[in-house]
Amino acid sequence: MTKVLMSGNDAVVEGAIRAGVDCYFGYPITPQNEIIAGMAARLLPLGRVFLQSESELAAISMVHGAAAAGKRAMTTSSSPGVSLMQEGISYLAGSRLPAVIVNIQRGGPGLGNIAPAQGDYFQATRGGGNGDYRTIVLAPDSAQEMLDFTFQAFDLADQYRSPVIVLSDGRLGQMMEPVELRDPPARKRVKKPWALTGAKDRDAFFVCSLRLPVPELAEHNRVLDKVFREIERREPRAEAYRTDDARLVFTGYGACARLCREAVDLLRDEGLKAGLLRPITLWPFPHKKLLASLKKAKTLVVIELSYGQMLDDVRLAVEGRVPIEFLGYAGGEAPSIKELVALGRKLLKKSSRKKASKGKRR
Amino acid sequence: MIATEKKVFTRSPVLTPKITHYCPGCGHGVVHRLVAEAIEHYGIRERTVCVAPVGCSVLIYKYIDVDMSEAAHGRAPAVATGIKRARPNLFVMTYQGDGDLAAIGTAEIIHAANRGENISVIFVNNAVYGMTGGQMAPTTILGQKTTTTPTGRSANEGPPIKVCEMLSTMDAPSYIARVTVDKPAAVRKAKRAIITAFGRQLDNKGFSLVEILSPCPTYWRLPPVKAVKRIEEWMVHTFPLGVYKDKEAANADNKQS
Repeated sequence: MTKVLMSGNDAVVEGAIRAGVDCYFGYPITPQNEIIAGMAARLLPLGRVFLQSESELAAISMVHGAAAAGKRAMTTSSSPGVSLMQEGISYLAGSRLPAVIVNIQRGGPGLGNIAPAQGDYFQATRGGGNGDYRTIVLAPDSAQEMLDFTFQAFDLADQYRSPVIVLSDGRLGQMMEPVELRDPPARKRVKKPWALTGAKDRDAFFVCSLRLPVPELAEHNRVLDKVFREIERREPRAEAYRTDDARLVFTGYGACARLCREAVDLLRDEGLKAGLLRPITLWPFPHKKLLASLKKAKTLVVIELSYGQMLDDVRLAVEGRVPIEFLGYAGGEAPSIKELVALGRKLLKKSSRKKASKGKRR
Repeated sequence: MIATEKKVFTRSPVLTPKITHYCPGCGHGVVHRLVAEAIEHYGIRERTVCVAPVGCSVLIYKYIDVDMSEAAHGRAPAVATGIKRARPNLFVMTYQGDGDLAAIGTAEIIHAANRGENISVIFVNNAVYGMTGGQMAPTTILGQKTTTTPTGRSANEGPPIKVCEMLSTMDAPSYIARVTVDKPAAVRKAKRAIITAFGRQLDNKGFSLVEILSPCPTYWRLPPVKAVKRIEEWMVHTFPLGVYKDKEAANADNKQS
């Protein structure tokens, strides 16, 4: 199959087109501008809908309208823009509307900078807007996965009638890599009998999050919760890399996972048993898969380009079974592979020394 | 001789037979009826989608029997844009109050108008926030007392925003008019304006907006009859009635001359 050298941002465009996106609405922000430009270039000649909105608030509301009309709709942005979209994401979740939101994360808080970061983990995985809801969060670690996950996000959104977030960062968005132009495994296209198409031969529909009477909103939240529990059962995804006999397991998502994978290989070259567990879905967090990767582990190293956000989910999964080392970075900084290897070496030697001294005492 | 019964009024089938939650003397009920009658006039009920606002008329979906979408406060023109672009064959309208359209949703209405978005906007201006309990609206008149302007709106808050005047400076909109519903004749005029506005969308002429000055007896602290009178005595001086923009009439004039 053809491989093309392309940036992660361009791969998002390719994935969306292949998924049959009908409508794109967006507002410029760095470092995701290649996506909005790419969408304009690709969608307009196809006769599909592209519109640059007046703000991210408007963009997500336009997505809301197109989604309510039963179309495949998406928007993309970067951290401060995605903050503005939280209003609309909450309404999408409350109205049970499918939509895809791609966040090419940058440094924060506030305006921060345009360097790659992972500071929006909590915002993405905890709902982000007001009210009680979650959104599926897919975390690609390559340009290929930017294509694949954007494609798959549409199927997930339709299946669960929920907004789905692809959480990437400026490094993956800007980096160029060979990408196979393919349709990744697709799910069955679901029908949308709830869509607003005009009340012809049926009762009028009201697509809304509004439920004024207490029992109605309580019931609505129970229905949503049921969907979220189902997603938690069915959708956790993770990649386990050389973890079968690993004494030391790294865990990190997105760009961090790439660094860890290299560090694991270098440590293995030295005969040291290191592995990587890479969460692919950040919500639902792959608790079971993380635990399964720790069978032989003496230490778990959590690495993120933020200060202890994914760490919370890791702690909830591990429940104190193994000691956790944490490395956090921000503002565009990231660890070097050399640093990770040195840390891995130190931790692995420490744990083997402990074992040796325990043996002597016996 | 007994005169045969003559039916002078029939409820539009586009209106549901429900008692509204609106306060006595509120203008929303009349405006709802006019919207329903305009939809009936064109026979477009089965392809209409209305975007409901946040405010007193958030419950419009109970009263007008068409497909409806919710929008976050102020975002109705953006949601309507999404629906219309996704399905251009639908008739798409928003129904918004003054807080929704002229305060929190200012950006959305200006840009929808400026794009000439092929949607129709019903803008009900009663110069006060009703749902939240009588606070200052962007259209509250200078001197008008509200819970947040206890001594009357002043230079501290700035003068009210005049939406029709503002939007009619743009090139794209097809039809912009301000009407009221304070007398039977005015109600008939309002209905004609709404029918004109809806017609523009059906003819693919682009954006149209009808602003309706409407009484809010509860938060004007007046009995309904006095509130209705206040529109002529007081409100129209700040918000003069009339057609602010009519591209078709302008085109016709140009052709004649």
